[in-house]
Amino acid sequence: MSQQNLQAVVSQVRRDIVRMVHAVNSGHPGGSLGCTEYLVSLYFKHLNHNSQEFSMNGIGEDLFFLSNGHISPVFYSVLARSGYFPVSELATFRKLNTRLQGHPTTHEGLEGIRIASGSLGQGMSVAIGAAEAKKLNNDSSLVFTLHGDGELQEGQVWEAAMYASAKKIDNLISAIDVNEKQIDGTTDDVLAMGSLRAKFEAFGWDVLDVENGNDLDAIDQAITLAKEKTGKGKPICLLLHTEMGNGIDFMMGTHKWHGVAPNDAQLVSALAQNEETLGDY
Amino acid sequence: MKKYTDSGSKDTRSGFGAGLEELGNTNENVVALCADLTGSLKMNAFEDQHPDRFFQVGIAEANMMGIAAGLTIGGKIPFTGTFANFSTGRVYDQIRQSIAYSNKNVKICASHAGLTLGEDGATHQILEDIGLMKMLPHMVVINPCDYNQTKAATIAIAAYEGPVYLRFGRPKVANFTPADSAFKIGKGDILQEGTDVTLIATGHLVWEALKAAESLNEQGISAEVINMHTIKPLDEKAILTSIKKTGCVVSAEEHNRYGGLGESIAQVITTNHPCPQEFVAVNDSFGESGTPEQLMDKYGLNAAAIVAAAKKVIARK
Repeated sequence: MSQQNLQAVVSQVRRDIVRMVHAVNSGHPGGSLGCTEYLVSLYFKHLNHNSQEFSMNGIGEDLFFLSNGHISPVFYSVLARSGYFPVSELATFRKLNTRLQGHPTTHEGLEGIRIASGSLGQGMSVAIGAAEAKKLNNDSSLVFTLHGDGELQEGQVWEAAMYASAKKIDNLISAIDVNEKQIDGTTDDVLAMGSLRAKFEAFGWDVLDVENGNDLDAIDQAITLAKEKTGKGKPICLLLHTEMGNGIDFMMGTHKWHGVAPNDAQLVSALAQNEETLGDY
Repeated sequence: MKKYTDSGSKDTRSGFGAGLEELGNTNENVVALCADLTGSLKMNAFEDQHPDRFFQVGIAEANMMGIAAGLTIGGKIPFTGTFANFSTGRVYDQIRQSIAYSNKNVKICASHAGLTLGEDGATHQILEDIGLMKMLPHMVVINPCDYNQTKAATIAIAAYEGPVYLRFGRPKVANFTPADSAFKIGKGDILQEGTDVTLIATGHLVWEALKAAESLNEQGISAEVINMHTIKPLDEKAILTSIKKTGCVVSAEEHNRYGGLGESIAQVITTNHPCPQEFVAVNDSFGESGTPEQLMDKYGLNAAAIVAAAKKVIARK
């Protein structure tokens, strides 16, 4: 898909995100909007995947694991828009009996979800297991993950990071959403983590910085380069420097939209800033 | 009375190791993970014979549970191995989200459960693990009684699709069940038929229950003995059939009285056929250092304690 068409998908996904969280007055728009370009680029351009016939095992397919499950709105929108399940189902987000639970789950059988996430810090371990299974199966496809930067405060992430380099999990590309914000404030204020590049390099990873993690061209180049770096004995880390709430002016530059839904007037403003390109659900 | 003979005492963890070794040769999807306790878990044979299917994760149990969950995505059947304490309490949230809620086909294999771990003391003697695991939806909980049954259970759970907690121990105990008999998940084994009291035991307490039944028989009391190796799903039919005959029950387990087998049995009888029950279990305390025999004696987990509980419960009928 062309970059121009990807931008049209991004605009529609942003509309989906704010409409979903507005409808139930709950959910996490900030991080969802910050990662929209990355997930759109991944699912509409880079992943080798079969959205028409979902299989849990994903043999011969690239796999993606969302570790920071609270950004489920962007995940659900991208999955639906890429054909895993009907776009109309986005209207059920967080409602009773929905398959689109507040945080993603396999429990309800939603196509495209391979693990539950929400309690933070677990996705990299799961992805490593899936990557190990691919090696055992002589399956040369790749495993991708996405994590929040605040999530890196969970110790399990570093257990997994240590394992991935020690055991040469070189079919794994882990992206970190570096928006430098978490619920209680900036990551520096809450628990400063220092240089993430230095940390991942010290843990034996090949690290790529994407200075503008909301720029489709920069993301495209970074994923392309990351793929070229696979198979060389090291796991790959993409540090995506993003803007939380990207694409909606009043949600940017603050941590306050981490888990807050827009009101009616704010929804109108948010939608006015993002063109309806593929048809609202 | 049926006569049971100890064919030569063995540790149940070696039964796990033997079962895993057999699975390694019969099921290529079986993989094993260990957190720096390969020798203690008796996983060496599997590691030696299938190094490509063995994952040494180091002292990082949370990561191990996540990797195990991920390996199922790709069709593998992962068996994780570490002590019971580190298999449950230490990694409860990882098991809850990545394995139980996600309904992954992971077999959590836990050695050194209970007091019989011995001298290492309470930090390693988990007495709450059955409760932790049985509370998780989807989770099957199994605590086999001897070497042969642990081997059979290990092989059986590979053929079952879904998460399983398999609990076993460190000490050498009587090996009395037949070798290579099929293990049926969720089906209690009636080892003795009796009419005065039902003794329902799990794990290392099953042999003690058999000894207790012999002692009771010598005193003119007819005890039925059920080996309840599967705590969840619980064989309610076996429990109810027996207590309708005997009218009382003693549960016996190497676990806290809260959260264990006895509590599950109590729920079955109070909702179906109320009758007196006595609990042979640890009375809401931590363990301590000592030999396994000393500890089982001090905490009242042996044949003598079961005999005393049986007499008490019969008097309450």
